[in-house]
Amino acid sequence: MNIKFIYYIVLLCSTTIMYGQNDDSKKIQHEFELELEGEYRYFYDAPLFKGQEDHFPSLAIRPEYKATWNKGYESINFKGFLRLDVDDKRTHWDIRELYYQKAKNNWELNLGIKKVYWGVTESNHLVDIINQTDAVETFDGEEKLGQPMAQFTWITENYGTFDFFYLPYHRKRTFASEKGRLRFQSIIDKEAIKYESDAEEWRQDIALRWKHYFDIVDIGLSHFYGTGREPFFSFDATGNINAFYPIINQTGIDLQVTHDAFLWKLESIYRSADIQDFFALVAGLEYTFSNIDTNGLDIGILGEYLYDERDELTLNSLQNDVFLGSRIAFNDTKDTSILIGGITDLESSSTIFSLEASRRFGTSWTAEIEARIFNEIAIEDRVLSNFKEDSFFRFSISKYF
Amino acid sequence: MKKLIIAGIALLSITSLTAQNAEERGLQIAKAADKADQGFNSSIVNLKMTLKNKNGQTSERLLVTRTLEQTTDGDKSLIVFNSPKDVKGTSTLTFTHKVGSDDQWLFLPSIKRVKRISSNNKSGPFVGSEFAYEDLSSQEIEKYSYKFLEEKGNLLIVEQDPVDPKSGYTRRIVTYNKDKKYRIEKVEFYDRKNALLKTLKYSEYKLYKGKFWRALSMNMVNHQSNKETLLKFSDYNFKADLSDEDFTQVALKRAGQ
Repeated sequence: MNIKFIYYIVLLCSTTIMYGQNDDSKKIQHEFELELEGEYRYFYDAPLFKGQEDHFPSLAIRPEYKATWNKGYESINFKGFLRLDVDDKRTHWDIRELYYQKAKNNWELNLGIKKVYWGVTESNHLVDIINQTDAVETFDGEEKLGQPMAQFTWITENYGTFDFFYLPYHRKRTFASEKGRLRFQSIIDKEAIKYESDAEEWRQDIALRWKHYFDIVDIGLSHFYGTGREPFFSFDATGNINAFYPIINQTGIDLQVTHDAFLWKLESIYRSADIQDFFALVAGLEYTFSNIDTNGLDIGILGEYLYDERDELTLNSLQNDVFLGSRIAFNDTKDTSILIGGITDLESSSTIFSLEASRRFGTSWTAEIEARIFNEIAIEDRVLSNFKEDSFFRFSISKYF
Repeated sequence: MKKLIIAGIALLSITSLTAQNAEERGLQIAKAADKADQGFNSSIVNLKMTLKNKNGQTSERLLVTRTLEQTTDGDKSLIVFNSPKDVKGTSTLTFTHKVGSDDQWLFLPSIKRVKRISSNNKSGPFVGSEFAYEDLSSQEIEKYSYKFLEEKGNLLIVEQDPVDPKSGYTRRIVTYNKDKKYRIEKVEFYDRKNALLKTLKYSEYKLYKGKFWRALSMNMVNHQSNKETLLKFSDYNFKADLSDEDFTQVALKRAGQ
């Protein structure tokens, strides 16, 4: 993260706070939260590559601060993150969020480092492009790095919501170190991955999004023009990896139809760059049998089809796959929930099984269990074959202050 | 024989007449209660939920509820969780409709995702409490058919049968107080097998703006599981002057961020 940029954000935030304090009518509310997490990951198969470890004890800290005034229409929000891990690339810190927000009538302005999510599907998040993925943090790619931005939102009564994003700075993806699992044979140093743009990380990028709903239909259309979040990888004859961040245009659609207990979902993108143009989609449904035992038990069934025209160059290997899963929520006082699923390749034998379960203990503790099992990964699966010995269990406990 | 037929017809018409009257009177009372609450515009209130299991162990949830009154359709509401801390910021936005399913969105603060969710699950418990989703959603006249049962002093007792087959109840027996602008004092819920399931008692009523009665305490007892949920409302604010722009998906994200 560029220090100069953080300095500007802090300066901006502190000026706004001072302005707020000078006005008696603007009472400031402060909130501070802290989460401490202990985690243990265990990879039970012998490693495929030299130097990889099996046991990964780890600690994480997530502080949060929020100052709100002007009846909640103005605020400063901060979320920090620090992890200590055996894998020294997974030992990392980040400012997930640090932004000033002002809302008035039918518009909202956000300035600073922020996280934005777009999309409707569960097994893959194609449309979501504003933030870089924190690739060392989780396997499912749902953890994101904070993205510097100016975001202006305009809400209309009849024509939906328009979002305009100005993204002045690009953040690179981090990959595991020699000790880490879920990596390629050759260790990728993120600094070695170059940019197509001469401006490098300072290329000034933009994005637009329109979001609306009509009765049971929720729809989003988006366009991104800038340096892509995924590096473009190519493999030479000796297995070496060459990679760079291309300048891309990406148009996306996300659609959900909510009919009774059915959620019908579609996400699709078309990405073009000088080096590569491709189309990808995820389409599926979610159906929930609710309150089955009249005691609150909900069982949801999920099914999604995934397609990516990049075929074997698809970074997450979801190029022609089917995801089947189930979400079980007990709706008890401990918020116990379980998500189980499997993604299987329709052209090869490769399958990944997953389980995520969580529950609260007491008033301020939570526990989570996660398992990812790589099963019969095919040699021709260029990306996944590197992870074939990387099935793991993760157990974590968090305390909230 | 002719006499008998006439007597029979007369009897039938009397029965249907009283039935008609009971239905009409029940509807009138519900309408009177609805009318008495019209014009509050918007409100913000803090809510503490205490969940008690059959062994007496308790757990708490803190929420803030914003409500915007609508005249032509059902009300809009935005609920934000402040506790337990692991779900802090989780929020829901609901547009209730007088007829048909409600529109509902859920905001998950950890990944900043807004998800449209099905409002199909009316009978399920709200966050592990003894309140079902349908008990907490906006009470629109069109959602029930009515039958007046009896009058006990200033109390009017009306049976309400949910129109929606997805409701968890066959009927609710609602006690209105006609001297206090038809505020509700008690509701008894009968499950799908027509057995008494729950009793909800309203207490600590307070009059706001000289017109609107609000119970600051609501206690729901489940007679079948022996579990209880107590709702305590505090800091009612009727002066926030909220508008439609405070009940959008953008506002939902803002409330839970």
